Amino acid sequence: MQKSLLIDPGKCTGCRQCEMACSYEHSGIFNTSDSRIRVFEFHHEGRNVPYTCTQCAEAWCLSACPVEAIKLDALTGAKVVSDSVCVGCKVCTIACPFGTINYKYETGKVQKCDLCGGDPACARECPTGAITFVDADWTGLDRMRQWAQKTDTQAQV
Amino acid sequence: MALARKLLRVNLTLGTCVEEPVNQEWVRQYLGQRGLASKYLASEIDPKVDALSPGNKLIFTVGPLTGTMAATGGRYSVVTKGPLTNAIACGNSGGYFGNELRSAGWDMVIFEGKSEKPVYLFIENEKAQLLPADEFWGKSVWETEGGLKKKHQDPQIRVSCIGRAGENQVLFAGIVNDLHRAAGRSGVGAVMGSKNLKAIAVRGTLGVGNIADPKAFMAAVKAGKKVLADNPVTGQGLPKYGTQVLMNVINEMGASPTRNHQDVQFAGASKISGEAMHEKRESDGKSHLVTNQACFGCTIACGRISRIDEKHFSVSTKPEYWGASGGLEYEAAWAFGNANGVDDLEALQYCNLLCNEEGMDPISFGATVGAVMELYELGVITKEEIGFEAPFGSAEALCKLAELTARGEGFGKILGQGSKRLCTKYGRPDLSMTVKGQEFPAYDGRALQGMGLAYATSNRGACHLRGYMVSPEVLGIPVKMEPKATEGKPEMLKAFQDATAVVDSTGLCLFTTFAWNLNDIQPQIQAACEGDWSMESLLMVGERIWNLEREFNLAAGITGKDDTLPPRLLNEPCKTGPQAGMVSQLDKMLPEYYQLRGWSSDGVPTNETRARLGL
Repeated sequence: MQKSLLIDPGKCTGCRQCEMACSYEHSGIFNTSDSRIRVFEFHHEGRNVPYTCTQCAEAWCLSACPVEAIKLDALTGAKVVSDSVCVGCKVCTIACPFGTINYKYETGKVQKCDLCGGDPACARECPTGAITFVDADWTGLDRMRQWAQKTDTQAQV
Repeated sequence: MALARKLLRVNLTLGTCVEEPVNQEWVRQYLGQRGLASKYLASEIDPKVDALSPGNKLIFTVGPLTGTMAATGGRYSVVTKGPLTNAIACGNSGGYFGNELRSAGWDMVIFEGKSEKPVYLFIENEKAQLLPADEFWGKSVWETEGGLKKKHQDPQIRVSCIGRAGENQVLFAGIVNDLHRAAGRSGVGAVMGSKNLKAIAVRGTLGVGNIADPKAFMAAVKAGKKVLADNPVTGQGLPKYGTQVLMNVINEMGASPTRNHQDVQFAGASKISGEAMHEKRESDGKSHLVTNQACFGCTIACGRISRIDEKHFSVSTKPEYWGASGGLEYEAAWAFGNANGVDDLEALQYCNLLCNEEGMDPISFGATVGAVMELYELGVITKEEIGFEAPFGSAEALCKLAELTARGEGFGKILGQGSKRLCTKYGRPDLSMTVKGQEFPAYDGRALQGMGLAYATSNRGACHLRGYMVSPEVLGIPVKMEPKATEGKPEMLKAFQDATAVVDSTGLCLFTTFAWNLNDIQPQIQAACEGDWSMESLLMVGERIWNLEREFNLAAGITGKDDTLPPRLLNEPCKTGPQAGMVSQLDKMLPEYYQLRGWSSDGVPTNETRARLGL
């Protein structure tokens, strides 16, 4: 079954466990500035919103890459950057409409979410269920359930 | 060792920033954060120095678990000699600043001397420089944080700074980071202001990597998180109601100091409680509370984000306060509310916003207003002196006094000196509800005998965060103790004081200890840090820190005679509630406490105690 990250910003408290988990998974260092998922704080609205790559079906980053450094991981559906191929030209960062692929000055390569090979650390460590890893065909399931609950099923008399 | 092993020494007089290795022998003795910085302070300044003079130092410091995945591992502390108490002061704060400083590679920043002109410290990883702060001086915390991010064109910078209260030397000025998290107590912000230091702005991208045993660390962290999630206080009560979960509980216990400690129950408590923050307002149909919020790394998320009622008199013409922002925590709600007999939730929130905006301790501010209102009702302070009427219960007076104090105007200049100096000035020092010059927080020392002893013996003056006897006396953590009783309290308090000193030295939040004890924390420290961090050695560290702070205070001229409570708590019984008739029986507990500590009958650590702790 294909799975995908599901983000519910309403449950996010802004704790950054996801950011630390992401960096630790990839580098062994707790470093929020190295995370592929980022939490944005909208202070005066009282909202925290985690945001990362949606793994587009037709990925602009993948199409734009001149050296074919970004490939589809057939197992997870993730679009994955190959560090050994990437030349750091940054064209993918221009192509991505969402800003979720970024050039890292320290490595000279671009960096994006790779779904941790099928067990995303961010979803694993999120304490509130704001980030979950669910059946890709049914990301709307919870919302459907909420609406279903509101449906009046009492027998009409 | 999880610490980066380097500190930044900033000489404000000379304008220099110099890197230095951290004393590793002291790390073994004092762990980090509160303990380690206290050791540096005690070793480097004359305890008798004027707290607001260039001879005092101001230390920003993180713990070994700050910036790691340990739940709540985002704390930093500010350690200095406090101007309110003339004792050692240590303010602790959450938010995101602590992680940023740690991720920039620094365990500690020591400020010394005094800058000729306003400056701020700008840190980008290993690069640190002092820059002119003229454009930010005279500005609020919120304007300064926004201005610094704009100036450096980097929204990811984290800022810890003072507002106008710190600049104006309000003696209970705090240091605020991330808009509404604060190293709040004992006047650490006034010290920062006295040095012409406006802010520290940090961008750290190095992260925290040198964990001694990563596998064991992640396992210990995971186990710790589960305990927090499964505990009813940290898993449910605090996320839903924040610390405000206590408002109704403490009031019903008859342990809620009201109207400058004249009473122990407040009729308006339910109107300003955590439950009330959830209710829909009549004016606009919205609830006061918007959401809960976590500090960095925190899986509890007790923080309150509130939205004030736009139609409330305090803000109806000030749209800048209409957005969501840091909301009332229990101590602040009590200090603005119960201490002054004010039950207007929106007025309390306005004062809370002002304290965050201008960098002021809400506890000491609110409690000092309580003294002002009592002196006003007694006719000692007149309407002419204050500029308006200020009886108990007046939300209008409370809001105006907050504005005047934060901005150093009119009567606010006197109020900004704190309750002890204010009451002494008006010839009624007995009405100052303080210990060692610092105002009480939200628990009555008569109703809760152990809390009374905790206040009297706290190393930073009256404080709930140096030995939270509320846990056993109200919540039954780790065991239920009868509030009225004195038996066993000195022993329990000593254990709490020592354990708290350890927690404050790790980078973790003290609120974890509603669910955790040191047995949950020890494996996390042991896995993160090299060396022996057994329970035994940690308890020794805690006791060593407590005695080091005590010795600093003794050298500063504070003695066992100062381990006392105001006459009101010793002589005027609780009038109502389950603890009616009680006064503090401090004299029954203090000698036993000294004995358990290994101190002489006048409260001085004996030579044996000093030798045992390696002091």
